[in-house]
Amino acid sequence: MKAIITVVGNDKVGIIARVSKILAEENINILDISQTIMQNMFTMIMLVDVSEIKVNFNEISDILDALGKELDLSIKIQHENIFNSMHRI
Amino acid sequence: MINNHEILETIKMITDEHLDIRTVTMGISLLDCADSSLDKICTNVYDKITKKAENLVKTAEDIEARYGIPIINKRISVTPASLVCAASKDASSYVAYAKALDKAAKEVGVNFIGGFSALCQKGTTESDIKLINSIPEALSETDIVCSSVNVGSTKAGINMDIVRKMGEVIKQAAHLTQDSDGFACAKLVVFANAVEDNPFMAGAFHGTGEAETVINVGVSGPGVVKAALENVKGADFGVVAETIKKTAFKITRMGQLVAKEASDALGVPFGIVDLSLAPTPAVGDSVAYILEEMGLEKCGTHGTTAALALLNDAVKKGGVMASSYVGGLSGAFIPVSEDAGMIAAAKCGALTLEKLEAMTCVCSVGLDMICVPGDTTAETISAIIADEAAIGMINNKTTAVRIIPAPGKKVGDVVEFGGLLGSGPVMKTSPYSSYDFIMRGGRIPAPIHSLRN
Repeated sequence: MKAIITVVGNDKVGIIARVSKILAEENINILDISQTIMQNMFTMIMLVDVSEIKVNFNEISDILDALGKELDLSIKIQHENIFNSMHRI
Repeated sequence: MINNHEILETIKMITDEHLDIRTVTMGISLLDCADSSLDKICTNVYDKITKKAENLVKTAEDIEARYGIPIINKRISVTPASLVCAASKDASSYVAYAKALDKAAKEVGVNFIGGFSALCQKGTTESDIKLINSIPEALSETDIVCSSVNVGSTKAGINMDIVRKMGEVIKQAAHLTQDSDGFACAKLVVFANAVEDNPFMAGAFHGTGEAETVINVGVSGPGVVKAALENVKGADFGVVAETIKKTAFKITRMGQLVAKEASDALGVPFGIVDLSLAPTPAVGDSVAYILEEMGLEKCGTHGTTAALALLNDAVKKGGVMASSYVGGLSGAFIPVSEDAGMIAAAKCGALTLEKLEAMTCVCSVGLDMICVPGDTTAETISAIIADEAAIGMINNKTTAVRIIPAPGKKVGDVVEFGGLLGSGPVMKTSPYSSYDFIMRGGRIPAPIHSLRN
């Protein structure tokens, strides 16, 4: 199962490091990563594989949410199907 | 592979524009709970509902977490109570049944349960009468039970005896809940051409043509449509319609995905996705603001009906291809107290009851969450219902009246319901009487175009 992680907020040192560390700990593989500055906002999008995940999906979502609050960013993880179903016929 | 722009568009819809799934509603047939004893029926329905819907809320919450899309309500719709209770000759009132529904719904953690209902478009059974007489007490003594009565249809005409009766029932329900400004009336809908698979409250019930259990989903997203229209300021109506269609398609795809997931996870067949744009009192989640974005200074001014007609039609055209089964009410909702823009328009006098009635000719449902003065007579309320039922009957569409004669309130006062039900400015009704008209009783015959065979 693949999921998309999005990080949006003010740029600062160590965002990717902090997120990747959590993903490594939870056995989530990063398949693709891209980052850009859009409208002065740091925007990072990661495609990850969560099939070998250690905890359940809700917990990962909570962990990333907590990290987001700590770094004053919005961090979300969503199953990729939400994007596929909205944008592809 | 989905591109970054598309990913961010979806995220923006959810975080900034209030895109959400308004409701996942499980329909449950209670026909097999019938018994000659009302006590036994109450036990049967409690057991069946708590068993069938045991995992509904948990499943919906899991889907919310997995896809990061809020599911605002989890609800249950059940077989019309007048059918389930019909065999209970021992009971003179069905209030105990409503309490059993309330208890079961609270046990499984849903927000509302609908189906304290009767279908009387052509005539009434003894059970229908018992149910209708029980409505005021049932709604005032339960918290999350919703009730609906179908009083007319294109095929059957309008049952004016029940239209008269419903005026009295609404007055009585308001009186019994006068401490909360007649809150019971917010849980009661009077329909013409009621649909059997509507997932939205207060009018949801599980029709007799439905399966044992079914999952129906209602989407929402007025904020997303409004935001999309902000990007086409000044463009002609072809562009406006096209923009709404594309947005409705995307919104409905969310509904389809959630409906499919919920149905698979619960092992319950997928029924329909309802395409209605349902507003909430939150700023930025308003149908009225969409109409104003099209160029109207205030919702309710001249041009509002045309704007709503375009919106309603484009939402359907966009949504219909996005889901394998579309049903329910599927159109734009215009509940006054639940829509920040409608509230503002009614407060400043731009939106009147007469204009709302015209708007109901071109959108789904009808006069929804309308507050009128507490001294409005039962006959005037019945006449308002008759007008709406006539619009539904003649135009082959669903219409409904959810009206609150707020005790002690006068035109210009505001009734606070709180939560999703919002707050409603008390609107002016006609000062002239409809008494003799309503007192005639009988049936208005079905229109000529009902003879299609």
